[in-house]
Amino acid sequence: MNALPPGDRFEDKADHAREPAGRAPVVEVLSAEKVFQNGARGLAPVDLTIADGEFLTLIGPSGCGKSTLLKLIANLIEPSDGRLLWWRGGQDRVGQDGRRLAFVFQEPTLMPWARADANVRLPLELAGVGKRDAAPRVADALARVGLSAFSRHYPRQLSGGMKMRVSIARALVTEPNLLLMDEPFGALDEFTRNRLDDDLVRLWWERRLTTVFVTHSIYEAVFLSTRIIVMAANPGRIFRTMTIDAAQPRDLGFRDSPQFAAYCRELSAWLAEASLPQRTGGAA
Amino acid sequence: MRPLLQSEAFIRIAAPLGVGIVMVGLWEIGFRLAAVPVYLFPKPSDIVASFMQHGPALLRALLVTLRITLQAFAAAVLLGTLIAFMFVQSRAIEISLFPYAVLLQVTPVVAIAPLIIILVKNTQLSLTICATLVALFPIISNTTLGLRSVDPGLANYFRMNRASRLKTLIKLRIPGALPYFFGGLRISSGLALIGAVVAEFVAGTGGRSSGLAYEILDAGFTLDIPRMFAALFLITLTGVALFAIMVAVSRLALSSWHESEIGAET
Repeated sequence: MNALPPGDRFEDKADHAREPAGRAPVVEVLSAEKVFQNGARGLAPVDLTIADGEFLTLIGPSGCGKSTLLKLIANLIEPSDGRLLWWRGGQDRVGQDGRRLAFVFQEPTLMPWARADANVRLPLELAGVGKRDAAPRVADALARVGLSAFSRHYPRQLSGGMKMRVSIARALVTEPNLLLMDEPFGALDEFTRNRLDDDLVRLWWERRLTTVFVTHSIYEAVFLSTRIIVMAANPGRIFRTMTIDAAQPRDLGFRDSPQFAAYCRELSAWLAEASLPQRTGGAA
Repeated sequence: MRPLLQSEAFIRIAAPLGVGIVMVGLWEIGFRLAAVPVYLFPKPSDIVASFMQHGPALLRALLVTLRITLQAFAAAVLLGTLIAFMFVQSRAIEISLFPYAVLLQVTPVVAIAPLIIILVKNTQLSLTICATLVALFPIISNTTLGLRSVDPGLANYFRMNRASRLKTLIKLRIPGALPYFFGGLRISSGLALIGAVVAEFVAGTGGRSSGLAYEILDAGFTLDIPRMFAALFLITLTGVALFAIMVAVSRLALSSWHESEIGAET
């Protein structure tokens, strides 16, 4: 017996995992699946459309393929079957103007020998942008994450949260059109994480930067997202989709609201359901 | 009241210096009271007197040894770094050549020095080659290790940004390898001196261009033990100076970011 009847008040009624029409798709995942070399099925065929300006979160128990899905979206790995479209085109045009991706890892992965500004400048440097042209962009990116005063600091002089901010600035400096984040605040304490979440909401709202975010935290997912994809394991697949309909930009008021608590309760129940072992003849 | 005595830097210098002064004092007084003959074991004052007497000859010898040491050290750094770069370019190169680097390392320089001295006419050059062979290995192994120890997350980041091989080398591998490279420099600078002295011993060259090892040999033949000590003292001093310079260079290059060079204040 399901604890919650299907079709309860939060479930996205639109075509499964498809964003309501109206906004241009940024990424379309079309029956993409991933079978690893050892034969393990990382991801069953998945259909998902990420619309322009969305903040989409992937959440689920370990082994549900959320990181695999994110890597597929990031064009870091190829699907075993099915395909993906970026801005209605193939992978060959990803990286051009207006089609740029940026990835933020779980760890800040900064160069310890370089100051904060040099770390932020790195992607521009690798793309062949001159130092003089890069300087204002680096300063702007550092300002957006609130680290202008720390541009000449080395990573070892910065706290864990500040290092993560530098890492985010390094992603923003390329003016990406799609930001992908793989549990970026997972290693931080709750207080720091909440502050970074506040900043992330603000950054997303400023330019409606399409973002795909992977997390283990229910509160983080509800607070940040416009849409949450709940995934289940064995094989990795999309379990259910939740649309978070709350006033933007979100702030402390939302976190304290009964609406927030209701979303969290619901999401928590869904995750518990998604984590249950499959019953008779479930897995393919 | 006593800021100088409490300062860490002062104690670091004053404490070992104090121990040295006390030991030299005891040596002088003890040997004077026991009336040990100079040809058996000299007193510090005998050694100082010998310095005064043989000063110019000893300094000339020091310059010869120093020159061979520095030439060998420079050659080892240059060659070692080049070989390390070659090794990290391809696993095949490393696998096929690394055993020979080990071979070079484990063969005692005393054993190959006579061969090299016979093969190479120029004494200065043959001694430099011997010392280079001794000093080479730490540079190769440390630099190779450093160039390989790249943070996998950063390496991934460079790959994702489609960084060229050259850019990855310059921006990622070389800065990351510096702490290891400087560790190699410290070991290698000392080994270059050892190599130079050992090779000089084997060569035993007389004439104008002979180094501190020859001074020691010659002093031994003539039982001029104070001169032997004076030469020995100069060799030790050279070694210490080289080490200190390497430490300073390493600190200069790494102090801003690397853990090994960051003081206790953080």
